[in-house]
Amino acid sequence: MTSSLLSVPQARLEALLADYQREVGRRRRQSLLVLAILAILIVMAGHVGEVDLGNLARHISNFTSYFGRIIPKLTAANFGADVADWYWNLAGWLKLLLDTVLIAYLGTLFGAAGAFMIAFFAAANLAPNNILRWSIKRSFEFCRTVPDLVFALMFVSAFGLGPLAGILAISIHSFGTLGKLFTEAIENIDMKPVEGVRSTGSRFIEMVRFGALPQVMSGFASYTLLRFEINVRSGSVVGMVGAGGIGQDLFVAIRKFYYTDVSAILLMIIVCVAIIDLVTERIRHRLSGQEGGR
Amino acid sequence: MSARRPIRNEDASAVLARHRDLFDDSALRRATTLAAPLGILGFTIFAVWWLAIPFSQIGPGLASLGKFIALMFPPSTGGHLNLLLKAMGETLAIALLGTLIATVAAFPISFLAAKSTSPHAAIRFAIRRCLDTIRGVDALIWALVFVGVVGLGPFAGILAIAVSDTGALGKLFSEAIEATEERARESVLASGGTSLLAVRFGLLPQILPIIAGQILYFFESNVRSATIIGIVGAGGIGLQLSEQIRTYDFDQVAFAVMMILVTVAVIDWISSKLRFAIIGRRAVC
Repeated sequence: MTSSLLSVPQARLEALLADYQREVGRRRRQSLLVLAILAILIVMAGHVGEVDLGNLARHISNFTSYFGRIIPKLTAANFGADVADWYWNLAGWLKLLLDTVLIAYLGTLFGAAGAFMIAFFAAANLAPNNILRWSIKRSFEFCRTVPDLVFALMFVSAFGLGPLAGILAISIHSFGTLGKLFTEAIENIDMKPVEGVRSTGSRFIEMVRFGALPQVMSGFASYTLLRFEINVRSGSVVGMVGAGGIGQDLFVAIRKFYYTDVSAILLMIIVCVAIIDLVTERIRHRLSGQEGGR
Repeated sequence: MSARRPIRNEDASAVLARHRDLFDDSALRRATTLAAPLGILGFTIFAVWWLAIPFSQIGPGLASLGKFIALMFPPSTGGHLNLLLKAMGETLAIALLGTLIATVAAFPISFLAAKSTSPHAAIRFAIRRCLDTIRGVDALIWALVFVGVVGLGPFAGILAIAVSDTGALGKLFSEAIEATEERARESVLASGGTSLLAVRFGLLPQILPIIAGQILYFFESNVRSATIIGIVGAGGIGLQLSEQIRTYDFDQVAFAVMMILVTVAVIDWISSKLRFAIIGRRAVC
């Protein structure tokens, strides 16, 4: 039927089919090879990672009952008092949550400010000096690869317990990630305005101010807002090592099995992150709208 | 370009006069450009005041930080290189298995959460909120929970990464599904294919490269986060690292950090090669 419709000679059709089969066979072999490599890696990783499904199966009831236990007992008859009992330390936790948000805010601000000042020297299209550019790129890499908790631990040892260690740890980590993003944003700009400014005989700083900055400003702001949201989340974690914020209370609640406290604090963090997520998304959409459909 | 005429000063002033409004600073305009920096500054002052940042600690703190850094040289293994290598291997295993389990779990969920393939809006809404909640809890907290379930060791870390990434990957996968062309699926259906065939031949080819790129990206970032979850006893190099910081063995801290830097650089290099192989050099986002 196909031959009557398309009128392809039998010999030609067979050759095409053979080609098709060969191509499909080649791709099948390729994916089989990838799967085999993956399987070997999984077995190796399972061995190193001490995967023990029997252990998981035996104790999975712990996991489910854990969530059973952290859910507070709320009754319809006595709802108000039950909620009040669940959130017995609401004022204290709200204060700590505000601490966390402010730590994240200051950390993001300092990190972004540092990255902003340096990123122009790290972008391949603007950098005045290659050695400087290379060393800035490596320092960005260092700051974002070393986990923020490691910085937090060191700063707690150096500056003592409290929010200062958390702010510094978060700013260093944000400096690394934002520096990379800023640099990439600058490397993607349209070079014509920069060349225009350069042709008037201006210096580096004017080139950046009038040629590059207007193109990247809204992108920078939106990356920073996104980072702020991520930092609120990690700000709740750096508290665990004593760097300020709500993490300390959460850590204590988990470790000492204050079940309903765990759910109360987690819920507060989740709601707070969700609100910040919504607000920053609004602002980011407005910023990208201003950009004029880039 | 041709017939270039000389630029005269009159031209400049005429141009200026024509675009007067661009240069005139109205009060409103000035206020809006000033509002953002002023707001940021004000909030910063409030934050510094509220957190009661002890400025007097900064000086001595920097001094002891300098001492720590001086202690870092020369980096040393402290005589247990094998232990560190094993811990690094654990870290990689946690990242690999965590990412893979999360992928396998997130893939079917994402079809229920995507607008174009979800059976019902209510299911979609419920799953989205579940994914949001899972994502809202940091991997480190999941690690604390799983240490309580399966005991200390890297298995807890694997489960923690798997759960927290299921939330993130489920959201990203469902967004990838929503961004696909409907037409490919419709044409499979129109030629008499079942809806399963439509997904297999109309949808999967569109999302697979995107998903593969995202999985690689998550593997990279999980190698980074698997280095810290050891702090709560969930396996990997984090345990050694936090112990060494607490006992002020900064030469060993420096060695462990260097190991992490090298490993992460190698992983990044491999995965960028793989990404190029999968989605081509142009489509790298």
